[in-house]
Amino acid sequence: MKLTTKVILMMGTLSLAACTNAGKLGGGAGDGAFDPNAAGNSGVIAGSASDPASTAYFQEAVGDRVTFEVDQSSLSAVGRATLDGQATWLLTNADYTAIIEGHADEQGTREYNIALGNRRADAARSYLVSKGVPSSRMQIVSYGKERPIEICSKEACYAKNRRAVTVLAGGLTG
Amino acid sequence: MMVRIFTTLMALMMTATLSLAQQGPLRIEITEGVIEPLPFATPDFVAENGSSTEMGTELARVVAADLQNTGLFREIPARAYISNVTDFGSAIQYPDWKAINAQALVTGAVNVSGNSLTVKFRLYDIFSGAELGNGLQFQGTTEGWRRMAHKVSDAVYSRITGEGGYFDSRVVFVSEMGPKNKRQKRLAVMDYDGAGVKYLTDSRSLVLAPRFSPTGDRVLYTSYETGFPRIYVLDVGSVQHRVLESGEGSISFAPRFSPNGQTVVYSQATGSNTDIYTMDISSGRSTRLTSAPSIETAPSYSPDGNSIVFESDRSGAQQLYIMSANGGEAKRISFGQGRYGTPVWSPRGDLVAFTKQSKGRFHIGVMRIDGSEERLLTASFLDEGPTWSPNGRVIMFHRETQGAGGRSTLYSVDITGRNLRPVRTPEGGSDPSWSPLQK
Repeated sequence: MKLTTKVILMMGTLSLAACTNAGKLGGGAGDGAFDPNAAGNSGVIAGSASDPASTAYFQEAVGDRVTFEVDQSSLSAVGRATLDGQATWLLTNADYTAIIEGHADEQGTREYNIALGNRRADAARSYLVSKGVPSSRMQIVSYGKERPIEICSKEACYAKNRRAVTVLAGGLTG
Repeated sequence: MMVRIFTTLMALMMTATLSLAQQGPLRIEITEGVIEPLPFATPDFVAENGSSTEMGTELARVVAADLQNTGLFREIPARAYISNVTDFGSAIQYPDWKAINAQALVTGAVNVSGNSLTVKFRLYDIFSGAELGNGLQFQGTTEGWRRMAHKVSDAVYSRITGEGGYFDSRVVFVSEMGPKNKRQKRLAVMDYDGAGVKYLTDSRSLVLAPRFSPTGDRVLYTSYETGFPRIYVLDVGSVQHRVLESGEGSISFAPRFSPNGQTVVYSQATGSNTDIYTMDISSGRSTRLTSAPSIETAPSYSPDGNSIVFESDRSGAQQLYIMSANGGEAKRISFGQGRYGTPVWSPRGDLVAFTKQSKGRFHIGVMRIDGSEERLLTASFLDEGPTWSPNGRVIMFHRETQGAGGRSTLYSVDITGRNLRPVRTPEGGSDPSWSPLQK
């Protein structure tokens, strides 16, 4: 588990170092799915993860998501720290707006999971508002259990699927 | 004689119910094969006036499949027949059918004239040596031939069981393709038995939980067309759809029609809180029915339109509640171990079907509307989303298998817990909603 994480991080670093293409800017990930190649498509200069004002930087360095316990929508200490970083970033990069997507794992009925995902997205939004990010810059949406990023039926996957992802939109073009 | 077959069937149904009740909730096992289904014969319908014999064969096959799939009947194969039916009007050779132990015999005739199709049938009680009810005739188009077979089946089922039929009905559902993390969903409608699938939307937008109107001409559903879940209404005939609820800064989902088709009950989330609302379809005016800070969702009307059953986690976990259709205080009806969701009121008004989660398993179950006599009908990794057959005897739902290759399939099960069977669809299927009997 730990080892896998390290490998993924290393791969991420490599692809960041290798990327040369101009990146898309301002487009949100849409479904909040983690795309390890996203950073690889970004330019070295503006828009790459090395550019602190880029979407890629927000996703990779700041961290675009927080996770939740089973059937819970309260933020963990780690989650609050991630959101602190998001708040700082959003206040620095004031021309971005965000859609916060709430998600649930597959252990639950469809309607309830939409309501639960909505609670999670709102928990993240409320925290960001409390840190000074104007609520007018954020919208929330819930996908319930419709958009898992991990597909095994084990807690290791469920833990990653119970998430709120801050998806950026707008922003400067480089 | 009607009494005779009827009594046998009722005895069978009772046995199944009792054996389930004795095992108590949470330990229901599907007791397939415990009862002996009633043997029947359905010879090929006679082609009259030079009509194609193929149509006569196909009609008899659909009738046989309808009856056999109820689990209450067993077809005697044609190779066992001693005599056959070559003339719809001639006398039945009862001893020949008695000898092969056929208790019921369905005979039919088909008459094709251009695009028009006439189907006649008679039902015989072999051991009493008499016809059961009068012969009936249905008229339609050759294109709609399957519906006429279903109408014959409905009449036969109804005469023998004393209950309404459910074969001439449709199901709207979500057709699913692709792996779990790239699932594509689109709305589809089909006959109750999986035949004649037609797609109502494409898979560009995520769509969820379609619900038939009381007359089967419209469908309510949730779509992410705008990026946010919103409630849409779709005309089944024209496939035209329009957004019904578009409250800015909120999301809406879980819609269902009222029994008169004029009101929609649904969930709307504002901030962190999900509550139940109704909307008058013609005026677009909405009314908030609940206001607790908990999650209130999955509302379903009683058949008389006076009450709404829904789920709420106000007690700390999902449970079922009933309130007036105008809102106000709600009464909790589920008290068993585990979590209860997706309640659906039966068309007869006496039962509520639900999804239950307990000890890591999912169940489809039924309980009386006061919460008593809970019975779990199924158990699996993930069973969800019950819908009632028009006669309230059968429940359709979806079952998702475990793991990375997980796939969703429609199933049906009798409310006794017997006769669990998959409903074949071209792709995966979820969120079924059963129409009323067609006119």
